[in-house]
Amino acid sequence: MSKPVTRVLTANWDDQSVFGIDGYIAKGGYEGLRRALSMTPAELIDLVKVSGLRGRGGAGFPTGVKWSFVPQDTGKPTYVVANFDESEPGTFNNREIVEREPHRFLEGMAIAAYAVGSHKAFIYCRGEFLWPGQVLDAAIREAYSKGVFGDSMLGGGHALEVVLHRGAGSYICGEETALLSSLEGYRGQPRLRPPFPAVEGLYESPTVINNVETLATVPSILVNGAEWFAKTGTEKSPGTKIFSVSGKVERPGNYEVPMGTPLRQLLEEHAGGVLGGRRLKAWTPGGSSTPMLTDEHLDVPLDFESVAAAGSLLGTGAIIVIDETDCIVEATRRLVQFYAHESCGKCTPCREGTWWVSRVLSRIELGHGRPEDLPLLDDLGRNILFKAFCALADGAVSPIQSSLKFFRDEYVQHIEERRCPFTGKGPGVHGAAEPEGVVVGA
Amino acid sequence: MGVLSPELLELAEAIKTRYPAGRERSAVMPLLYLVQSVEGSLTREGLREVAGLLGLTTAEVEAVATFYTMLRTRRTGTHVVSVCTNLSCALRGANEVFEVAHGAAGIAHGEETSEDGLITIHEEECLGACDAAPVVQIDFANHDRVDPERMRELVAALVAGEIPAPSRGTAPVDFRHASRILAGAEEPS
Ligand SMILES: Cc1cc2nc3c(=O)[nH]c(=O)nc-3n(C[C@H](O)[C@H](O)[C@H](O)COP(=O)(O)O)c2cc1C
Ligand code: SF4
Ligand code: FES
Repeated sequence: MSKPVTRVLTANWDDQSVFGIDGYIAKGGYEGLRRALSMTPAELIDLVKVSGLRGRGGAGFPTGVKWSFVPQDTGKPTYVVANFDESEPGTFNNREIVEREPHRFLEGMAIAAYAVGSHKAFIYCRGEFLWPGQVLDAAIREAYSKGVFGDSMLGGGHALEVVLHRGAGSYICGEETALLSSLEGYRGQPRLRPPFPAVEGLYESPTVINNVETLATVPSILVNGAEWFAKTGTEKSPGTKIFSVSGKVERPGNYEVPMGTPLRQLLEEHAGGVLGGRRLKAWTPGGSSTPMLTDEHLDVPLDFESVAAAGSLLGTGAIIVIDETDCIVEATRRLVQFYAHESCGKCTPCREGTWWVSRVLSRIELGHGRPEDLPLLDDLGRNILFKAFCALADGAVSPIQSSLKFFRDEYVQHIEERRCPFTGKGPGVHGAAEPEGVVVGA
Repeated sequence: MGVLSPELLELAEAIKTRYPAGRERSAVMPLLYLVQSVEGSLTREGLREVAGLLGLTTAEVEAVATFYTMLRTRRTGTHVVSVCTNLSCALRGANEVFEVAHGAAGIAHGEETSEDGLITIHEEECLGACDAAPVVQIDFANHDRVDPERMRELVAALVAGEIPAPSRGTAPVDFRHASRILAGAEEPS
């Protein structure tokens, strides 16, 4: 048996020549698409199913299964939409894929289009990715000029037009139905599912929406085979994945490792350990929307099942490391501020709830917390979780509930000492009483 | 006279053809960027012009424009300086960088734009570049690992009329130029 692979998506990242299409092709690029075009779409979808590839955008839905849901007899066009909104705090691998080897992603998108019979693909690129968008724009033009896109992909007869669409600063537009609203020219508000986008998505037509990393993983499966892919990682979470590691580590960055690699190994072998050799206090396994874990969870295998069993979610594989010198109340407050800012405003628990929680957390952080604030936060969390329209609100509850679960003492300390034990800010026990009218923090 | 010149009107028509016939409404965001590239922000006239191009009401276009932070219906500086203060950047000192940016640009807290209209400071959410925390964008071009010292230098460069070189890619000349790129109105170099 061959040694399990560790670097596939990032194998060429040190080689600047793969930035352009010639260098990419010289390294075997677009061979996956060539092989895909020699198969029937049904065979191709089966291959991706057998590989076990699961979506990297957060939910881990099996990619081949998603493609197989696209009906072929509607008489409407079918669309492929690549989700390049990458806005989940802590997540930055889609950006680096595009900045280093844009064609790997474009190739995966072309394969997806052929699999589901789509002749028009959109890339929804978050607005702040000004430069990555320019990189894609240039790469798309290259692909047209080389006959990869256009009237007949690689001369195989399948036409594909690719359009780059720029977002304009909105986290919720990464949620697939909000993305579709935005792409259709509306405010980016989520829509009811079902119907799922595969059946009725963009312009009420069948639409496959996939994350950039998911699509960039597909070409290697075509080249090396489904069995090869399934051999790496775990049984239910096969393959490698790029983990984005940031916060208090010596070497923040994107690291591609087999699914199921624990954080301890990621830190030791790749990210250089916790910054300054300090003790790790808390971390997110999959971005700010996934419940925090602690140093007790350093050996949890980072795959969808194991992380869920540990009480969190693999999400986007975005690991934010918080060390012993960082204040959990402040970290949580900052994350909740994010959700309050990004709530699309459609439903009350999310719009009002996140705002209230951020105010209560400010009050505690600034030394004006009250003992009854902790049950109040518990209550607010319960009243938001699963009570709003989309998963943004559930994501907001993750840092609230997990920080209260693991670091309740630290909250209590803030309230009892009437100050932040880390910054020292607050009136303190002998300080002035909370000024009249200052109900919540500044 | 409308906001868009005859040349830009032609470009607007080309932008509409990116989307299927009958679905031109999808072009509302790029067209708003196009108008923003002329006006420096979105005025009433600009919104009306986009509405006219798409057969929408001004209110419909305004509803879209006000949803997105990068489409600006408020007074906006020549340059927009976005400072990410989300968690990974905050853990690496972004709050101080945000403070320093205000001081350096002479912008009082709670204000967005300097009196001379040169700089708008925007508190940004995660920019998808946390490996380079703290991250600052100037007109959406990235500057990696910006400490307070570097922040002062960046603002000083803008005040001196210079465009600091970003960590990757090329920098737009100003916010209008960035909007033009975002409209897809510029060939990549
Ligand atoms: C609030 C919210 C934000 C999301 N943001 C993104 C995003 O930026 N990029 C992404 O690929 N998926 C994002 N998703 C997940 C998408 O809805 C969708 O599941 C994903 O794009 C599907 O691609 P995949 O099957 O390849 O993972 C988000 C979901 C939610 C609830
Ligand atoms: S949960 Fe929040 S983001 Fe989602 S639809 Fe409701 S208000 Fe909008
Ligand atoms: S938190 Fe600042 S770029 Fe991600």
